[in-house]
This record gives sequence, structure tokens and C-alpha cells, in this order.
Amino acid sequence: MRRRQHNDTQGARDVAVTATGGVLTRMFSLDLAVNAIVAGLLLGGFYAAVTVGVTISFGMLDIVNIAHPAFIMLGSFVAYIVNSNFGVDPISIGVVMTPVFFLIGMGVYEIYYYAFERRGEESIQGLAFFFGLLFVGEVALILAFGVDYRFVEAPYIGPSLHLGFVDLPLRMLIPCLVSLLMLTVLQIFLGRTFIGRAILAVSQDRVALQLMAANPSRVKRIAFGISIATTALAGALLIIIQPVEPSIGRDYIGRIFAICVLGGMTSFPGMLAGAMLIGIVESITSTFYGPSWAPAVAFGFLLLTLAVRPAGILGR
Amino acid sequence: MMGLGARSDSPSPALRERAQSEWAFEMGTTKFWIASFVVGFVFLVLTRSFITNEYFFFAGYQVLQFIVLATAWNILGGYTGYTNFGTGAFFAVGAYTAVVLHKLTSLPVPVMMLAGGVISGIIGFGMGYLTLRLKGVFFAIATLALAIVAQTLIVNWDYVGGSRGIYIIRPQYAPIAGSYIQYLYSLMLALTWMSVAIARTIERSTLGLGFNAIRDDEQAAEAGGVPTLRLKLIATTLSGALMGMSGAPLPYYVTYLDPASSFNLSYAVNSVAMPMIGGMTSWIGPIIGAVLLGTIQQLATVTISSALNLLIVGVVLIVFVVIAPNGIVGLVQTRWRARIR
Repeated sequence: MRRRQHNDTQGARDVAVTATGGVLTRMFSLDLAVNAIVAGLLLGGFYAAVTVGVTISFGMLDIVNIAHPAFIMLGSFVAYIVNSNFGVDPISIGVVMTPVFFLIGMGVYEIYYYAFERRGEESIQGLAFFFGLLFVGEVALILAFGVDYRFVEAPYIGPSLHLGFVDLPLRMLIPCLVSLLMLTVLQIFLGRTFIGRAILAVSQDRVALQLMAANPSRVKRIAFGISIATTALAGALLIIIQPVEPSIGRDYIGRIFAICVLGGMTSFPGMLAGAMLIGIVESITSTFYGPSWAPAVAFGFLLLTLAVRPAGILGR
Repeated sequence: MMGLGARSDSPSPALRERAQSEWAFEMGTTKFWIASFVVGFVFLVLTRSFITNEYFFFAGYQVLQFIVLATAWNILGGYTGYTNFGTGAFFAVGAYTAVVLHKLTSLPVPVMMLAGGVISGIIGFGMGYLTLRLKGVFFAIATLALAIVAQTLIVNWDYVGGSRGIYIIRPQYAPIAGSYIQYLYSLMLALTWMSVAIARTIERSTLGLGFNAIRDDEQAAEAGGVPTLRLKLIATTLSGALMGMSGAPLPYYVTYLDPASSFNLSYAVNSVAMPMIGGMTSWIGPIIGAVLLGTIQQLATVTISSALNLLIVGVVLIVFVVIAPNGIVGLVQTRWRARIR
């Protein structure tokens, strides 16, 4: 299956473009469409890694962490620094950094809890707090690294698998697989462990938990730590997929929340479905209409979902 | 979450209202319009006749523009309790409306400001209509999304320059005496007067009471017969329109407009930070915040660097929401009340 070289496909495309026969042209666009869908699925798998943290913080804990992309950027830049100085594999860096990000997340929740949640002022001020964090994170990274695009080096960036006329770039495939693995681990953690079930309990009924003499804020602190810990890995995956510059984090805000809302807020399978959907639609848009239109798609979807079906595609 | 803010131990609206009138000077609405006009006019005449340095008007325009943005944001965010992170979008739509009109016609700038206000107001209305029946958080996220959708549309619209941006050649002479920057400065001062007066009028009217009822407890307001959706739509439309109006003179001010700078997130951060720092319950809050932060930024841009001054705004915002959630006005009110007791 791997016999077919990339150049050959390119050549075939050129032939198809120059050919006047209707059959050839149709085959050409089919080939393009299938490739776009496959790329979209891979992209969607990666989007799941970016969104899972928000599904935990926003969906389960009701903490509107719009600074999530800033932590992802931080994860990307940590991967970049270690990779460019020591040549370590970016995914391993992401995994090793998760405990550090977990502690950062617990620290942020501590401030959030004492400043807003405890006083019951979690609405506007809490939003503004995270908005400030997002902005400070972005500007601090710009001050430290400038606005140049940064990238990492790893053996799987560059080559791709070819199945027939379908291209599977490893740079997309590996992040997608790692992301699915992370999602599975988290799903098992939430379903099987004591703490995981406690997190689910908080997401279902915080007051009931309090009545049973449990401390919801302690559980929430751990859960928020986990949600930030996922950004260490998600950031490493992001910088594998594309070169990173501090302000691209902003593009992910709408995407992340669109996926989270599409997926029905709390469920991981729903979120994965939403991520795949957004991935495919974005990929098809950038293939057929040009990449400059892609950012609008996720947001358009978000607005539509909010207007028509706020319970998400799978609904409740 | 957002709609149910009444769980907090903040004072009831009636108490807050009383504290406000103790603190602010008692004055009827018509009187305020006239008095603020006189204050603004005297300020205009004084600055234009005694200050010869062009840079003052250049910097002053920015501070005034931030007063308008902060006041407009506060009509929705402070009075009604709905957070708008899409200030940049409304602002840039106003600016690009002016660009289109500039290419098609030769209308005077004040008319362009009106047009920008109308277009941004319509967008505000549509935005509100789509999302305001949901929890407030979704509105906040949707406004972030709106900014990116609008930016993508402009980036792909070659007529207004696309992502490359567009150069605007401003008329050689201002329609009134003085330089063109002085003319824009005067226009922005007029808009500032208008938006502040509108904000205070709302604050003292039944409309403002309705807004406050929504902010304190939306369900209770709805149950009490407040037409919540209609009031929220009025707030988004008005707030969007004022933001659009303040964006319309921008092409003539910068003479080169591109999507990256006109849709900049810093407009959103500033318009959120300024009322939060000044105080969101009263019309004077956004003015205090805007003058304070706007001036600090102008000084920091000149003396240090523009990236660092944005960092300052972000840090000040975080520090204020954590330590003084009711802003400077809140701090002053607490002290005032303590002294009366």
C-alpha cells in the first residue's frame, strides 16, 4: 500500500486538473474530498485533546476558564524550549510536564475559590479574572519570545503514510492517537477511581455532596488541576501539528467552547464527536474555500448551536 | 451562574441607589445633559486654545475613545450583568463601515459615525437575539466567537483591503478651524459627552432599574414582570451602537487600517478592565477607569514599550477583580458609608 509515492499522487492530480474528461475531474474531487475528511478526522482527534480540559472545568465544574488556550500556549512553549535545547521528544515532554501543570491548575483554582467562588461572585468578576489571565499569558509570551512562529523537531514530523490515494501525515496521526489515548485514560479515571467518581458527583450536584459532609471545593481543586494538566500534553501536540506563535491561542477559544457545547458539555464521547465534526467541517472548508475561511467555521457552528440546539448534538 | 448573582452579600439595589445619590451629586436628567455639555464644551475650548502640542490631541483622542468604549461596555456589562468580550468586533465594524463609505461617498465623518453606530447596533441586536435566552456565560463566549467571525469576513473581503489593510487619505483641511487631529478629537469629545449622558440617563430611569433587576436576579425579575429579553436586547443594541460610533473615525485617525490591529483583543481587555477598575454600578466608574488606565497606557507607550503597557492592563485587571471587585467607586462608597455611621 505504501508503494505509491507522494509525487505520483501529485502527478495524478496535475493530470486530472489538465484533463478535460468529466470522469477524471470527478475522481479528482472525490480524492480531494476523502483526503479532506480523513485530515478532518485526524484534526478532530487532536481537538479532543485541546477541549477535554474545558469539558472538565466548564462542563463539570461550572468554572468558565476562558484562559484555557493560554495554558495550552504555555505547554507548547515549554515543549519548544526543552525540544530546541535538549532535543527531547515533544510528547514525552508533555507527559513529564503534566504534574507541574497540575500544580499550577490547583494554584489558579485556589485564587479563584478565595476571590470569587467563596464569596458567591463567580459571574462577571470570575470571567474577567480568566480573561485577564488569558491576556497576560499571551502578552507575557510575546514579551519573552516575540511574535515569530516556533516549531519542534521530531522524527515523525514530515513523513506520511499512504493508503491508496489517502495521505496520513504522521504529524497529524500521532497527535490524534495520543489524544485518544489520553481521553481513554481520563474516562477510565473518572469512572473507576474514587476521586474520579467524586468529580462526577460534584458535576451532578454540588449541594448534595456538601450535605453528605464531603468538601466540594477540595474535589474541584483536584479536578481543575487535572483540567490544566491536560494542557501540558495538548500544547505539546499543538506544536507538533503546526508552528506556534503566542496569539494563535485566541483562535482556539471559540473552537474549544464550540466543541464543548456541541458535545453536550459533560460527556467525553459527545465531546469527541463534536471535535470530529468541527475538524471535518474545518478541513473541508480550508480544502475547497481556502484556509483563511476556516476560523469562521467553528465560530459559526458555535453561534448556530447556541441558537438552535444549546443542549449539544447528542443532547440530554 | 450569571443570572443568579443575587447569592452574593452585596447591598440591595435600593441601598446601593441611596448610597449612590449620597455620593454623586443630586441632579435631574435634563440638568445633567446641560451641565455635562457645558463641562465638555469648556474643556474643549480650554484644551484647543491653550494647548499647542499636537500630541496632546493624539493621545487625548485615545483616552476619550476608551471612555466611550468603557461606558458602552458598562451599559450591558455593569448595569445588566452580561459580559461582552467582543468589543473589538463592534469597534472594528464601525471602522470598516467608515472605510466602505469613504470609498463610495464623500460623507462627513459625523455621518459615518452614525452609520457605523447603526450597523454595529444591528449586529448587537442579532447577537443578543441569538444568545440571550441562554445562560450569561454563553453570551460571553459567543461574543468572543463573533469577534473572530467578523475578523475572518473582513480578512477575506478585498474591497476593504483584506488582510493587507487599507490606506485612507484624509482630507487636507478639517471642516472646522484647526488641524484634522483636533477635529477628530472634538468629535470624540462630543461622542463621549453623549455616551456618558445616555449612560447616566439610563441609570436614573425605569430602564436602568430593569437592567439592575436582571443583573441581580434574572429569574426573579422575569417573575416580577420585567420584560427581560426586550431589555437585554435594548442593552446589547445600544452598547454595540456606541462602540461602532467610536470606531468610525478610526480610519482617519490612523490613516492605515488592518484587521489585526482594528480587531485587537486589547480593545476588549481595556473595555472590560476600565469599568471593573473604576466601578461598574455608576456612570462615573468607567470614566475613572478609562482616564486612569488610558493615561497610564499613553505614558507607558511613550516611555517604555507598547507590549509592556498591555501587560500592565492585564495585571491591573486581575489584581482589581481579586482585591477590589467593586472598583474604585466601590472603595469610596464603603468609606463614605463607614463615615456616615
